Amino acid sequence: MPIEVLMPALSPTMTEGKLAAWKKKEGDVVKSGDVIAEIETDKATMEVEAVDEGTLGKILVPAGTEGVKVNTPIALILAEGEDASALAKFDGGAKAEAPAPAAPQTKAPEPRGPQLSAVEAAPGGGSRPSGAESGGSAAGAHRPAPTPPAAAAGARVFASPLARRMAEQAGLDLSQLTGSGPGGRIIKVDVEAALRRGAAPAVARAPQPAPTPVQAPPAAEVAMGSPYKLMPHSTMRKVIARRLTESKQQVPHFYLTVDCEIDALLAARAEINAKAPEKGEGAYKLSVNDFIIKAAAIALRRVPAANAAWSEAGTLLFETVDISVAVAIPNGLITPIVRNADQKGLLQISREMKDFIARAREGKLKPEEYQGGTFSISNLGMYGIKDFAAVINPPQGCILAVGAGEQRPVVKNGALAVATVMSCTLSVDHRVVDGAVGAEFLQAFKAIVENPIMMLL
Amino acid sequence: MAEQNFDVVIIGGGPGGYVAAIRAAQLNLNTALVEREHLGGICLNWGCIPTKALLRTAEVGHLLRHADAYGFKVENVSVDWKKVVDRSRKVAAQLAAGVKHLLKKNKVTVFDGSGRLAGRGKVSVTKDGKPVADLGAKHIILATGARARTLPGLDPDGKLVWTYKEAMVAPSLPKSLLVVGSGAIGIEFASFYRNMGAEVTVVEVMDRILPVEDEEISAFARKQFEKQGIKIHTGATVKALKKGADSVTATIEAAGKPFELTVDRVILAVGIVGNVENIGLEGTKVRVDKAHVVVDEWLRTDEPGVYAIGDLVGPPWLAHKASHEGVICVEKIAGVKDVHPLDVTKIPGCTYCMPQIASVGLTEKAAKEKGYQVRIGRFPYIGNGKAIALGEPEGMVKTVFDAKTGELLGAHMIGAEVTELIQGFSIARTLETTEAELMHTVFPHPTLSEMMHESVLDAYGRAIHF
Repeated sequence: MPIEVLMPALSPTMTEGKLAAWKKKEGDVVKSGDVIAEIETDKATMEVEAVDEGTLGKILVPAGTEGVKVNTPIALILAEGEDASALAKFDGGAKAEAPAPAAPQTKAPEPRGPQLSAVEAAPGGGSRPSGAESGGSAAGAHRPAPTPPAAAAGARVFASPLARRMAEQAGLDLSQLTGSGPGGRIIKVDVEAALRRGAAPAVARAPQPAPTPVQAPPAAEVAMGSPYKLMPHSTMRKVIARRLTESKQQVPHFYLTVDCEIDALLAARAEINAKAPEKGEGAYKLSVNDFIIKAAAIALRRVPAANAAWSEAGTLLFETVDISVAVAIPNGLITPIVRNADQKGLLQISREMKDFIARAREGKLKPEEYQGGTFSISNLGMYGIKDFAAVINPPQGCILAVGAGEQRPVVKNGALAVATVMSCTLSVDHRVVDGAVGAEFLQAFKAIVENPIMMLL
Repeated sequence: MAEQNFDVVIIGGGPGGYVAAIRAAQLNLNTALVEREHLGGICLNWGCIPTKALLRTAEVGHLLRHADAYGFKVENVSVDWKKVVDRSRKVAAQLAAGVKHLLKKNKVTVFDGSGRLAGRGKVSVTKDGKPVADLGAKHIILATGARARTLPGLDPDGKLVWTYKEAMVAPSLPKSLLVVGSGAIGIEFASFYRNMGAEVTVVEVMDRILPVEDEEISAFARKQFEKQGIKIHTGATVKALKKGADSVTATIEAAGKPFELTVDRVILAVGIVGNVENIGLEGTKVRVDKAHVVVDEWLRTDEPGVYAIGDLVGPPWLAHKASHEGVICVEKIAGVKDVHPLDVTKIPGCTYCMPQIASVGLTEKAAKEKGYQVRIGRFPYIGNGKAIALGEPEGMVKTVFDAKTGELLGAHMIGAEVTELIQGFSIARTLETTEAELMHTVFPHPTLSEMMHESVLDAYGRAIHF
């Protein structure tokens, strides 16, 4: 009896995704560890691996299909000894809807056919079974009964009416919470605890089901009569569009700019890098940005009121300093998070960032590596940008835009002098952080950047 | 004496202890229960149950006196006082036997005697000073309950000045009675004796009777009681009791002015104190504060392996609170998942006076003090068909909601059968419903419970029948 391969949930919030590509054709033999498909989520591309052996009998969802709901059958696998006639029953073609309980599937034979799980394709990608927050192998791509795990988005979330309403008012995504009530039901205390922890409000909900791939919108709306080529939106593009539109429309931004002299920082960096081993395990090369991450982290520790986010229920004052760093990648950007950056040394920050950047460009970051964060940094200094104002990354309260370090005339003791100056602009959500608090943060940040020895503390 | 070993030993067989014992046995823990007097404790033998039997008598009396309204002619009604008390005792005895059977059925080993801690993980049991057994256990639960509090100068003598215990087995019906204290116990006796025909005076030190209830309910109750002829002095204290041959003269100070009142009997109902003595707490780390054992959310004392539940650990002094604590304590010991600490705002309280009073959660005042923006709903008995048909038009149902989230913060009821109704609101609170689910619930017609629905609707300006 053929085994259904179901669309896996790659993160707890994922309700649907794009089936980017098939890596196996119908009729191909699949072995344990073979990558059979690639799935694109909000921001990353994940590979679906086979666990056992069999033959890819039928592809139900063609490559390039968007809006494939989690747990929809995407392919059928024939176990050893089965032939194509066994596929007849399933010959319904691609279905966009979650399947009704497939009768033949409810009694899967014990010695089962290939098992599939979505794993990180990245080296050493410990296969954190996708979305398996609570029991249930969300990865178990061939679960017979269509009872998705409680935590998988789109699945039924058990929560008390009060918990639902409180979560709604606070903008919390219930599917991200673990319930402590009977049978894992989410109750009031769980929502309160999440709010105390500062769980991220649910701004990153998966986009609404996109119907068939790319229907050309009315040309007049976009192109004003000029000829154009339509670039279909990637999932990431849609998320960027929605979230940043929300941010600019709903978050009352204000901006504070400060100039930092970074000659001491550059000297320190040069000195440290000069002492790095040429090659091997201990080799390193710190970037200016590594220093900025560290300085911002220490400044947030000193001015914790800036490490905050707005929620309807109250201001979330984060207890950890987790810095999201914007990384440009082909056709978009992503913000991997240096967690507990205030407690990490420059070297560790530097290594983490290098790893993040490399994997971000391949689209191989894990959701938990870029979802969350308490504060963002965007650095366009390497492009020679002098100063800019970034759009806040909701639900965070602040984002620091870092410009280029350049030699500028400065006045010192009444005389003109030359210094390397870097302008930084903090975009602030006025609902949670007032002008004075934002200014205090920048003051602390500037003090650390200009006295990099303080980063030793 | 050879030591007998158990997983859990529970000292005290009241509603906390025996329920904990049964739950422990269900969880396959080898369990012993030590009880010095009656299985079922005060609740079953000298509290909840026998008083309800007495109050039933009072209700029957009330109906007989008003039989005319229902179309009966009942003449020459007289009371056989001994029979009243006997019935109450028989009810208690029947249930105590039931508890014994339940413990046996669940294979709980019961020791007849007084238990006390005798070193880490050890309990000694004695009866009349003679050793009965030495027990060893990893977990020892203290459930020794509480007794009536006394005030200096107001000592009960069991003859003229009673506690609840004597009040329950009075040899005859006193003509006049002073009740000191207007909590649940005081008010129940006041209501009972008034309905049986005694002249009753209640003295309360606080500015209102039933001080833990919602202020509106207190005021409503006072009006009803005064209409029935109970005299009530609030903000008043009893300064002295002078005992005569068969009467007591009390000096009462109200609003700064003393006056004297002579009554046949006095009932002291000024709270209770935990039975913390003679259970071997000395030399352990168990902390005692104001005659109650200090425990954490899982009922653990500071002494490893020693737990305490029920009245012994403090208010609210309610049998169902003790039982629930027993279950939580034992489930935590057994490692059951999803155990939650007891939330006192989910414990309903009932007072079996006429009219009855029942409540759960926060009063309006407490909710406001906690900073909630509240929505209040009220519905009177006079607007309910069943209440009118019953001939019980006096009462009200009040609900308190958090205006922001719609959480049912509290419910407060006074009137016929409210003690049977309150569980609806308790379930609502435990399931964390908001006003929406309560509004969507279909309440049967015609019942008193419709008032619960109407009260919820009223909180949102949508009451239909008022």
